[in-house]
Amino acid sequence: MPDQSQQLNVEAIRGDFPILSRVINGNPLVYLDSTATSQKPKQVIDTLADFYRTSNANVHRGIYTLSEESTAAYEGARDKTTEFINASSSSEIIFTRNTTESLNLLAFAWGRANLNEGDEVLVTLMEHHSNIVPWHMICAERGAILRFIPVTDDGLLDLTDIETLITERTKVVSFTHVSNVLGTVNPVRELVDRAHAVGAIAIVDGAQGAPHVAVDMREMDADFYVFSSHKMLGPTGVGVLYGKRALLDEMPPFLGGGEMIMEVREDGFTWKDPPWKFEAGTPNFADVVAFGAAIDYLTELGMDKIRQHEIEITDYALRQMRSLGEGVTLHGPPNAEDRGGVVSFAIETIHPHDIAQTLDWEGVQIRAGHHCAQPLMRRLNVPATARASFYVYNTNEDVDRLIDALKKAGELFGRQ
Amino acid sequence: MNFLAGSEPEPHFDQLYRELILDHYRLPRNNRVLEPADADLTQFNPVCGDEVRLTARIRDGAIEDIAFVGQGCSISQSSASMMTEAIRGRSLEDASTLASYFRAMILGEDVDEAAMGDLMSLQGTSRYPTRVKCAILAWDTLQKALGGTSGREDVGSSDPDSGG
Ligand SMILES: Cc1ncc(COP(=O)(O)O)c(C=O)c1O
Repeated sequence: MPDQSQQLNVEAIRGDFPILSRVINGNPLVYLDSTATSQKPKQVIDTLADFYRTSNANVHRGIYTLSEESTAAYEGARDKTTEFINASSSSEIIFTRNTTESLNLLAFAWGRANLNEGDEVLVTLMEHHSNIVPWHMICAERGAILRFIPVTDDGLLDLTDIETLITERTKVVSFTHVSNVLGTVNPVRELVDRAHAVGAIAIVDGAQGAPHVAVDMREMDADFYVFSSHKMLGPTGVGVLYGKRALLDEMPPFLGGGEMIMEVREDGFTWKDPPWKFEAGTPNFADVVAFGAAIDYLTELGMDKIRQHEIEITDYALRQMRSLGEGVTLHGPPNAEDRGGVVSFAIETIHPHDIAQTLDWEGVQIRAGHHCAQPLMRRLNVPATARASFYVYNTNEDVDRLIDALKKAGELFGRQ
Repeated sequence: MNFLAGSEPEPHFDQLYRELILDHYRLPRNNRVLEPADADLTQFNPVCGDEVRLTARIRDGAIEDIAFVGQGCSISQSSASMMTEAIRGRSLEDASTLASYFRAMILGEDVDEAAMGDLMSLQGTSRYPTRVKCAILAWDTLQKALGGTSGREDVGSSDPDSGG
């Protein structure tokens, strides 16, 4: 029976996550780094273990029971993914290792075939390195130019000069759905439409999107959308590359080998249709099957309720952080409605590393560093930030523990 | 028994070490620029923002005076402060030996506690690989400065810290 209430039952959810009973440095764990990777419910852990115990065999291989079961479970997870993001067909869902690999696949397979001297690739200043470095690499190879959409002081994309940034020279517009540092939720549809208006393709980095908000490929109209299982309650080692079927048909294969071929001769080879065209070698089928269980779990909770929960907890966190007083700088949009469940902050006299360290003594796990977003760090004019992020299992009490720990850090490290 | 582990055993040692690090962080010793100086090197890590500028005067094979200025986390700054206290007046050879002991300690090896003195308070850093570079920054700067390197150096490329 699906839960009909409007709110997540966080108490019950917490019971599904074995790790939440851990004690860290004498204190109950408060996990506030789901942006880096989420924790896993027992439903996912059990699915993975059960698969290895009962159904393990290579996929798409033998005409024998185990392989058929394994293949059905693997392709079943593809169907779940298709439904989860409302793609038009399961042939549009390619399994990779992670978001990074999905973006590299696009830069190298699509980019090598389509980018030429003087063409432009447009990304934004708030991208994760995985949506910058592959483009640097392919632009250098093809003589193309990488450009950046700037970011405002409030942590929004600055679209003031967008007309001069997206032109007929632009071949790719690739940007993050939700920032992993600022939490900013970007105007996806507007950028997709602007890209299409000049004949460019639109790629959306959904690493912080798909886990936290309902996404609908048919409505979004992006050409490609990429995300990682491990950030949405699933296992590590599984990424998704969604692509419109027509583009997947045109794009040359990336990695070659088994699974992706139709026929291999001495003088060449032919390949399968998407998605298998892009899945060379034995795929990570066991983890993909467990990823299917993560999708079931999220679907059962309801993505709209998850979004609502994150807005509420982020709003509470922003208000509590502001009440700490003057030395605290909060990065990103001021309103919780405009952001995902991520709060990056600085405390005037305390280095982010010292913040994270002191919080660790209290059992509070947050991240401090550049978050793989150095161009954004330069824009914010800081070497690093501290970042707390929230997901389905976090509560206002977690925020209270964070605030208490920050007060302790203030007492310890505050210099005049 | 260490500052950074912050875990159950021997709370008073933990407390003592924590206090030492914080004391050096709040009130850094030898916190100035020596002018003129025989050695003058700045090393910075753009990945985390730690920076140490070391200036030293050398007479008759010994470190006559040494001072630092810098910014960054408590580990990098307290380590620099403790280092200037530990090696001022020592021969170049002694300083270099102490530097190698310190490095060994931070990399998790057992060292002679008596020889290390207050520097022991940073031992706990070895349990946090991402902070090893913070503790070592000043000592690395010292070794390079005594080896004749001067100016300003970026040490970010050896920083394994990443992640999103
Ligand atoms: C916005 C964004 N893009 C890309 C990535 C890269 O994801 P992965 O490390 O799973 O490839 C991350 C996560 O670290 C991210 O937050």
